[in-house]
Amino acid sequence: MSQHVLSLLVEDRPGLLTRVAGLFARRGFNIESLAVGTTEVEGLSRITVVVSVDGLPLEQVTKQLNKLINVIKVVELEPETTVERDHMLIKVKTDAATRSQVLEAVTLFRARVIDVASDALIIEVTGETAKCQAFIKVLEPFGIKELVQSGVLAIGRGSKSITEKVLKQ
Amino acid sequence: MANEVLTGAQAIVRSLELLGVTDIFGLPGGAILPTYDPLMDSTKIRHILVRHEQGAGHAAEGYASASGKLGVCIATSGPGATNLVTAIADAHMDSVPLLAITGQVNSTSIGTDAFQEADIVGITMPITKHSFLVTKAEDIPGVLASAVLIATTGRPGPVLVDIAKDAQNGKAEFVWPPRVDLPGYKPVTKPHGKQIQAAAQLIKEAKRPVLYVGGGIVRSRANLELLELAKIIGAPVVTTLMARGAFPDSDPQNLGMPGMHGTVPAVTALQRSDLLITLGARFDDRVTGQVKTFAVGAKVIHVDIDPAEIGKIRFADVPIVGDLKEVLTELNAELANDLKGTKPDIAEWWGFLNDLRTRYPLGYTEPEDGKLSPQFVISRIGELSGPEAIFAAGVGQHQMWSAQFIKYERPNSWLNSGGAGTMGYSVPAAMGAKVAQPERLVWAIDGDGCFQMTNQELATCTINNIPIKVAIINNSSLGMVRQWQTLFYNSRYSNTDLNTGTDTMMVPDFVKLAEAYGCLGIRVEKEEEVDAAIKLAMETNDRPVVIDFIVGRDAMVWPMVPAGLSNDAVQFARDERPVWEDGEEE
Repeated sequence: MSQHVLSLLVEDRPGLLTRVAGLFARRGFNIESLAVGTTEVEGLSRITVVVSVDGLPLEQVTKQLNKLINVIKVVELEPETTVERDHMLIKVKTDAATRSQVLEAVTLFRARVIDVASDALIIEVTGETAKCQAFIKVLEPFGIKELVQSGVLAIGRGSKSITEKVLKQ
Repeated sequence: MANEVLTGAQAIVRSLELLGVTDIFGLPGGAILPTYDPLMDSTKIRHILVRHEQGAGHAAEGYASASGKLGVCIATSGPGATNLVTAIADAHMDSVPLLAITGQVNSTSIGTDAFQEADIVGITMPITKHSFLVTKAEDIPGVLASAVLIATTGRPGPVLVDIAKDAQNGKAEFVWPPRVDLPGYKPVTKPHGKQIQAAAQLIKEAKRPVLYVGGGIVRSRANLELLELAKIIGAPVVTTLMARGAFPDSDPQNLGMPGMHGTVPAVTALQRSDLLITLGARFDDRVTGQVKTFAVGAKVIHVDIDPAEIGKIRFADVPIVGDLKEVLTELNAELANDLKGTKPDIAEWWGFLNDLRTRYPLGYTEPEDGKLSPQFVISRIGELSGPEAIFAAGVGQHQMWSAQFIKYERPNSWLNSGGAGTMGYSVPAAMGAKVAQPERLVWAIDGDGCFQMTNQELATCTINNIPIKVAIINNSSLGMVRQWQTLFYNSRYSNTDLNTGTDTMMVPDFVKLAEAYGCLGIRVEKEEEVDAAIKLAMETNDRPVVIDFIVGRDAMVWPMVPAGLSNDAVQFARDERPVWEDGEEE
């Protein structure tokens, strides 16, 4: 099983996400994470997909994605030339005794507290998947009440831009 | 001058006219009613009212497959649209350029479970090349122009345009030509020069080359370029189920159809080849059998307009993405220049294949029950009708016999449901073909099972003066399923008896059914009646003709490679496998 990060530049059309997700499902590929949002260009969105490939070549996914009419460009982002970030919101149980320990972990991981209640904190953390996972491990003993996270966001390093390249063509 | 203001419905009709559409198959209903009103006044478009929307879909497919033009069908929302689904799936599997227009409930009602609402865009997403939902009148011309472009270019396929009723009733300025903005759609048609050279090199080195020809040759209209290539290199040609007619059967280089029911020479040519020159074919499981033992000694040149087909099933040593007509033109020029009139020496290969041809020709045995032999009937239909006719088959034994025993000389003369295997394709597809090519003789060669799925379109044929000929190869059963039960289920015939034969309950009586539909109905039970019936059918053009050929039910399709096994296991008759002189087989 190998994981790949694909970045899709797509036209922002109704049903687009269904087309993409449906294609993965019917061709037998697993989506590990998915992040969708608009871009700097009106009418265009970017989808970052982490896909795990088991036995089938990744090439089949990218070729099939390219056949979707509303998909403009599909790029596989290689780890060494890519910046990747996860974003998480974590609600942790705290009391007078544990609060300072949790806050210490927050500082160490360069996370932020964004809501405080008498018996809980909401913490925001951003970073590579491994860092976020490590942070969760540290918080677990205190009791994680709720956790939400974005899919992986990824962008190529350096000054090159997929959107610029596509729009020039 | 200000642009004319049209209703959305008028814009639909006007756009279709301007896009060159001349024939539409359809059936109206609530959500498409606005469009049927201006359609009534069109002098450029003939609308043919079918009896079931599936018939409209297959008719549009037959129309497209016989002529190479776009086929168009139209239906209302909800069940009207879902009745098109089988035909859309069929067109998707066989790359048929099809435009399906459906009415949708008012845009304000979408998502409320309104009367006759179905999310047809969602339902057909996996089986269309693309689809559109239109909710505004002003979008109609642009969407229809885009839909036609997508359906007919690149790898052709079905496109669905779902148009809300209020978009049909709305008004907008009609702008033509509309802006077609498809930044994500750029089919590659011109091949890469280096790949052409690499392909030519492999062809020159090959000792056992085979031209493995698929339906892409037909869709690309590249049959003449294929013929030229075959003559330049002298290699054997196999034509898949979708490619029957893409290369003349009368040509001595044609070994026939490969695959599960292919000829022994065609199956073996692929198996023993050292170079598969794959042209618009997709290594379908019915061709390859077990993939890991398929043509293990062969390198592969794979030409396809769809990059996703290349490497999907089989690694390609030389992948070429492009339109076959352009690719073969360049490849032929390259080879002609390299070979300068000489041909690669493949005499030994031809010796091996010609020996197989002599020893294992296509054949059949007479049924033991004294009934007509289905292969004989189909052969006579082909021989008496000639290569200018069109033959549309259903799915099953009669389809395979039609692919095997009719000699095809030109593309677009053989229509069938290859990828989807849709029973019921034949009658409506023949109807569509006859509308597209009224001068041609058009046969629906159908089974008694298939015929009962869509024969209501005989009413459409009779009323609209579309005189097709239907040959029912009536073995009173779901013949292909029965064959598998004979071979793999100890002859336990679970639910395959249809009781349509003369010595059964005979429900329905196909001759009476034909007459009820205003057709000429003929029953044929004896060999000496076969020719006369076919000739009478060919001479009768004031109404459709249905011939009920009562054939033996135990006839089987041979050769056969049992499903999932290696092509090396091909049997030319039950339990009889070819004998290999080199002793490679057990």
